[in-house]
Amino acid sequence: MDLVALLAIQVLYAIASLALISVGLAIIFGMMRVINLAHGEFLMLGGYAAIVATNHGSPIWLSMLVVAPVVVGVLGVIVERTIIRFLYGRMIDTMLATWGLSLLLVGLTTAIFGNTTVGISAPLGSIQIGAYRTSAYTLFVIAVAAVVLGAIFAVLRWTRLGLIARGTMQNANMAAALGVNPPRVYAVTFGVGAALSGLAGAVLAPVSGVFPTIGVAYVAKSFITVIGGGAAILSGTVSASALFGTINQIATFVTTPVFGEVALLAAAIVLIRLLPQGITGRFFRRGL
Amino acid sequence: MTINRRTFLKGTAATASAGLFSSSAWADDPIGVASIHDLSGGLDIYGKPMVDAITLAIEEANAAGGLLGRQLKLVNYDTQSNMQLYTQFAQQAALKDKVAVVHGGITSASREVIRPVLDKFKTLYFYNTQYEGGVCDRNQFDTGVTPAQTVEKLVPYAMKKWGKKAYVVAADYNYGQITSQWVKKYVMENGGEVSSIDFFPLDVTNFGPTVSKIQAAKPDFVWSALVGGAHISFYRQWAAAGMRASIPMASTTFAVGNEHIVLSPEECNGMLICYNYFQDLKNPVNEAFVASFHKRFGADYPNITELAMGTYQGFRLWAEAVKKAGSVDRLKVIEALETGISIDAPSGKVTIDPPTHHCVLDVHIAEVSDKKLNVLEDFAQQKPADTAAVCNLIKNPNDNQQYVIKI
Amino acid sequence: MSARHLNLLGLALVGIIGLAVMWLTPRLAELDTVLDLTVYMIMAILALSLALIWGYGGILCFGQSAFFGLGAYTYAIAMFNMGESTVPLLLAIVLPAAFAALLGYFMFYGRISDVYLGVITLTMTLILFNSVNSTAGPEFHIGTARLGGFNGIPGIPPLNWPLNKNAPVDLEGMFYLSSGALLLTYFGLRVLLASRFGRIIVGIRENERRAELLGYDPRTYKLATFTIGGALAGFAGCLFANWGNFVSPTIFGLAQSAQIIIWVIVGGRGTLIGPVLGCIGIQWLSAALGANQPSGGSDLWSKIFANAPLILGIILIAFVLLVPRGLVPTLGDLGQMLLNGRRERKRRDLAPQQAE
Repeated sequence: MDLVALLAIQVLYAIASLALISVGLAIIFGMMRVINLAHGEFLMLGGYAAIVATNHGSPIWLSMLVVAPVVVGVLGVIVERTIIRFLYGRMIDTMLATWGLSLLLVGLTTAIFGNTTVGISAPLGSIQIGAYRTSAYTLFVIAVAAVVLGAIFAVLRWTRLGLIARGTMQNANMAAALGVNPPRVYAVTFGVGAALSGLAGAVLAPVSGVFPTIGVAYVAKSFITVIGGGAAILSGTVSASALFGTINQIATFVTTPVFGEVALLAAAIVLIRLLPQGITGRFFRRGL
Repeated sequence: MTINRRTFLKGTAATASAGLFSSSAWADDPIGVASIHDLSGGLDIYGKPMVDAITLAIEEANAAGGLLGRQLKLVNYDTQSNMQLYTQFAQQAALKDKVAVVHGGITSASREVIRPVLDKFKTLYFYNTQYEGGVCDRNQFDTGVTPAQTVEKLVPYAMKKWGKKAYVVAADYNYGQITSQWVKKYVMENGGEVSSIDFFPLDVTNFGPTVSKIQAAKPDFVWSALVGGAHISFYRQWAAAGMRASIPMASTTFAVGNEHIVLSPEECNGMLICYNYFQDLKNPVNEAFVASFHKRFGADYPNITELAMGTYQGFRLWAEAVKKAGSVDRLKVIEALETGISIDAPSGKVTIDPPTHHCVLDVHIAEVSDKKLNVLEDFAQQKPADTAAVCNLIKNPNDNQQYVIKI
Repeated sequence: MSARHLNLLGLALVGIIGLAVMWLTPRLAELDTVLDLTVYMIMAILALSLALIWGYGGILCFGQSAFFGLGAYTYAIAMFNMGESTVPLLLAIVLPAAFAALLGYFMFYGRISDVYLGVITLTMTLILFNSVNSTAGPEFHIGTARLGGFNGIPGIPPLNWPLNKNAPVDLEGMFYLSSGALLLTYFGLRVLLASRFGRIIVGIRENERRAELLGYDPRTYKLATFTIGGALAGFAGCLFANWGNFVSPTIFGLAQSAQIIIWVIVGGRGTLIGPVLGCIGIQWLSAALGANQPSGGSDLWSKIFANAPLILGIILIAFVLLVPRGLVPTLGDLGQMLLNGRRERKRRDLAPQQAE
């Protein structure tokens, strides 16, 4: 029984971390049809930002929840202004350019920080579940994912900003005619997406450590989750994370981490074959 | 970009026969020593200290007047953690730079890429990393420790201290697979049991399910043969689950990549490890070495690793043999090394074991304590017994393969 | 000079230069240059395989390395079991082609396109990477060949001349073989693209719906293109396994896939000579960046200049932003403008896209 509870927490954790690493990419893809292949490096930079800030005496919560998203968000806006904005409507070209950006960022962080894994210890200690102990930080990651998704929902659904964003997404020309400035919306969207990636990277840094090439491990998974989820940002991310996270974690527990990974990837291929528009192309169509 | 200008101007028709290229440098040219290590990409945590060590070794040798009256020149290649570049650079070192010796390779995979290339082009090769043992090749010398030298000592020590039931977590590749088999063998020989051996690919970072599995198995201690940057998260997640206090850990891979500095003391204090070299070894040779290393690379240099020392000792052994042979000719140097040459190295006396081309050396058990490695016990002059069981290059000089040692 | 003449002139030029390099290199250059060039030629065949399916077929394949790696592994495994290279060589072409056909059937007949193709092919190569990477244990073997997991398969026996086990191809032979194969592939693809089939796949790339309404089934044509690309990549993989006598799972990795795409985009989509030049240029650059490292405590600038991912990243961004069509088409346009003025250029734009 204890083991089942523990396993449930781990499944939830897998879903939460998948949702966290994907949501920034999903916002950028859902709103702007841009696939940002430097996404993994945004996560990586979030991790570095949090660790560097903490090592310079900032409290760990402040560096994870404020410093990292701000730093990466600003970087996102810069990237949008200098690279992405020239490439709207050319999906393949944006993918390639962001791929180049990803290599560039890996090279740059390696030159600055070296390749050693850096990290911070997970705060919060551990909790007892029956005969087992697990990290309390796991629960914190789940909570952060829930809060982030809730906040995105609230902003999109109830604020003027969300309305403008949804409007621009549906029909940029119409929105422009109504007085919205699409380039500004795009820049802000890209910045927000990047900031969320930075947050995710920072929150996961105490669990997995950070090194310059860690982005590669993230980008493929989040890419698959976003495409598997389809165009709707929230329901897509949540449903695809739930599906893939559950499959991955259960397969890992029953067999090995490798098979867990392979099961996730195989599930993604089958899913895209069955639902080429992603889960939300068929279900939850009216979701956000 | 087809043919470079220099080769054009030379205008000499190159022959395809490889033997002609071995050592045709002029007498007053510097002697080339190639270093082929990963200085970027995922493995540079290991490669960087190795290159620093060989840089220092060569500078020391040059300051002392060089070898045979000639200066030494380091030809330094960065393989970028890319196997194709290992092949290319080994070829370049042998054919273009015509170096006298190649020091290089970190993973066993990279060694198996370089080894046949340097065999083919008749260039002496030193592999300076601890590895799973069993390579038997007259052209190659191995200065790193093998499982029989470290695991054999650490297993009984850990079992005496903690209990008889072990749980092994290992990196899923050659080294991890073979090392965990050695661990199992020695645990059984000492009357204990291994409840499970789990393997993890080198890029796994999520160990949550594993931590639970280990808790369910309730071992007396965990043996880690995990390797590389991603696997550091195992120790973090282990500590975060509050397990470090209840189940202790032993390892012959921990700290090679300075894991004990990257992790906080709360995450790894009390772990037992076993190697040939520790920076804090108390002997005059080592104290002088550490002082000059810090002078060269800064007093804040995090830690001189096992692999750095392997590389340093590898170079010193080669230099000693060159002096003895009076030549950098490959066969003469091999013959000199095969006389069982030995040096007084910072880790103690290191001697080439002629039949295996591995080293007889001291090993030490140490405990991780507040980012330091405190030596607890010394074992003098350990022989490479595992490789010796399958390999005798004095009897069979033409042997050339990596044996999988039956355990 | 008309576009057609220019085209023929270009073809002849490629042929002459190719043959000259093939004949002269082993005579003039040192052995290590010959060996380096061998691997560049092999990789150029791989670049051509993607040039065909992406540049002409419009199929964005992020996982071309899957076929390349399959070819290499197939050759290695078959070679250990058979000891004579004729059948392994054929298997290394047939198996990846069959796999491409299967995957292609799954995708094209499922009407999957665009970015989704990218995701599926990328996922496929990651699955292969993960699976092969975890076969380190002794229990994983096919016949007498250990799969070796992360460590890969070392000591792969070299190719021998057909049906003669005792006549292995030596290093120079390997160079002739690779450069000959590259030339054959290049001209073979030129013939293919000039044929009816070639016109149709370019037509499908330009407008799938229109091609369909004209009575061509895009699914079949895409499948055929994809399969040919898979076969070529597999063949390159077989040669690569021969060149280094070694194969490891990194051959399936993201970095390898990325490289192939970069070669094609730098050289130019919709040309054949472009990806070949892009491939050779970038390979040469990577090797040059890694060689002769400054040793010891180097400063930040030298770290940056000796940093391959950083330089490659800058190249990729610069090309997408500034030279989006790639080097060869852009230079071709410039040359055309200088030669013929604007009238000719207009006409060329209407004609289907040709190499050079």
